[in-house]
Amino acid sequence: MAFSVYACTKSVEKQFLSFQQPGNFPEPVYRFATNLVTKEGFELGRKLFYDPILSRNNTISCGSCHIQTSAFTQHGHSVSHGIEDKLGVRNSPPIMNLAWNTSFMWDGGVFDLDLQPVAPITNHVEMDETVTNVISKLKAHPDYPGLFQSAFGTTEVSTARFMKALSQFMAMCVSSNSKYDSVIRKEGKTFTKQEEEGYALYKQKCSSCHTEPLFTDQSFRNNGIGIGLIDDAGRYAITLDETDRYKFKVPSLRNLDYTAPYMHDGRFLTLDAVLDHYSSGVKQTQNLDMILQNNEPGIPMTADEKTKVKAFLKTLNDKVFIANKLLSEQ
Amino acid sequence: MKSYLSIAALLFVSLVSCKKDDVPENNNPGRLSIEFDNIVDGQNLFLNTVTYTNSSGENYKVSTLKYYISNIKVTNTAGVEVVVPQDSSYFLIDESDEASHSAEVTIPKGEYRQVAFTIGVDSLRNTMDIARRTGVLDPAAGANGMYWSWNSGYIFFKIEGVSPASAEAGNVFMYHIGGFGGYSSPTINNIREVKLDLTTGGIAKVPAGGESNIHLMVDIAKLFNGSTQLSIAAKPVVMFDDFSANISNNYSTIFRHDHTEN
Repeated sequence: MAFSVYACTKSVEKQFLSFQQPGNFPEPVYRFATNLVTKEGFELGRKLFYDPILSRNNTISCGSCHIQTSAFTQHGHSVSHGIEDKLGVRNSPPIMNLAWNTSFMWDGGVFDLDLQPVAPITNHVEMDETVTNVISKLKAHPDYPGLFQSAFGTTEVSTARFMKALSQFMAMCVSSNSKYDSVIRKEGKTFTKQEEEGYALYKQKCSSCHTEPLFTDQSFRNNGIGIGLIDDAGRYAITLDETDRYKFKVPSLRNLDYTAPYMHDGRFLTLDAVLDHYSSGVKQTQNLDMILQNNEPGIPMTADEKTKVKAFLKTLNDKVFIANKLLSEQ
Repeated sequence: MKSYLSIAALLFVSLVSCKKDDVPENNNPGRLSIEFDNIVDGQNLFLNTVTYTNSSGENYKVSTLKYYISNIKVTNTAGVEVVVPQDSSYFLIDESDEASHSAEVTIPKGEYRQVAFTIGVDSLRNTMDIARRTGVLDPAAGANGMYWSWNSGYIFFKIEGVSPASAEAGNVFMYHIGGFGGYSSPTINNIREVKLDLTTGGIAKVPAGGESNIHLMVDIAKLFNGSTQLSIAAKPVVMFDDFSANISNNYSTIFRHDHTEN
């Protein structure tokens, strides 16, 4: 399959690099066999991603709450602000390395990238639109039918094509050019002594959930932040399994400098607050993760260790990703 | 572009050939239509206008009634089962849309004594690539409100209405029943099978090139009065919830074969 994807890409457009698996990353999960990334498909997906036509009153685009310079999150907002400034209940997660995601949303309720956009488009506090209506608007638009033709062969605008184009753009949002990646791939960069020590501490204290190289094991866990104001039950709403109550998906540690605030409801404004939570703020709540069930709940860390861990975490910031013109609104 | 096109062509060819293999060996096909006639006790169901009384003595009006029927199978008088090709076997019955009340399938000519179908959408189709989900299965358009975007999956059965027994705003009641068993973690499974014997009401005699019509009565009164006595006052709203299994168990009994038009 890798071969055919490669072969296709090459013949479609020499300058356009289709999806590339970074050297230090595993095989992607997304089924590229059913949706080969082409220049035309990707560009259509990018245009759709940044087009407010996807919302009821044509004011909110995907890019409104997933801003590239914030690693495709809504930086500075605890929960996302949608249509007519209505507030959501959760923090916008980054559009980053989604080709490796085994599930989507903080609760994992969506299991296929191709199905994901239906949720924000139809959510009453996000875009509050119907996909049927978006498709009508796209059909009536002067440019879109031609762009669908370039991407898929005919001017037909269908749900599947609409979703697949968005998936092509989102799957291309790969963050794999942080300092950490360069060090791991032996591209010439090296960690400072502090970063090296931080890396060792990360492996000891963080890596069981925030597993390399994606820095998440994609599991659902209760990290002891305590029940939020709205009693969000997290994964429980999807499985109706009491052992899933208050569990949320482990987020990646990549690009933390750009993605504050943190946690599913954005309650921690700084990384210091996050580390302090793990060292001294973990609360005994239903289904608290076993890893955090120590004599004193949490992960013991001294102030010096926190400084080192933070130095390492900074090596996961990927400036190339947040500045990549290919992924920007054109 | 050339190789991209040829791969697309290959994919198309393989899809087409798959489809072909699924069609039962059948040189003399005829049509079988299954009519879903929604009623309440002995009365026809009318949306929004007529007040009905359920087995808990609660008055109610129905504003929406929709359900998926899929995976239709018929058994002939010799006991041989014919499975309708899956791609042609999904129907969304919508009380507000007369044209949707009849599910028409193509099967070999023959005499059939049993019809079986799924209420809802099987787990395979719930997790299939979006390109294979067209028509009523298009999760964004065709499903017409019968899809949960936040917890990927079809709503199998939806009834909404108003009742003075409901303490909800606007006295509404709504049952949105789905759940195909979960993708990566097991959860509720409300997929229900229905088997109806046709011998009393009349076997379906499907002629080559012709049609037989199986007329089913779908009694909403039994939705409230099944293995669980469903009270609107006690449960005005049921969606993705463990209790939904009681409702799907109830609605698995609402289908009755009335007569056949050969």
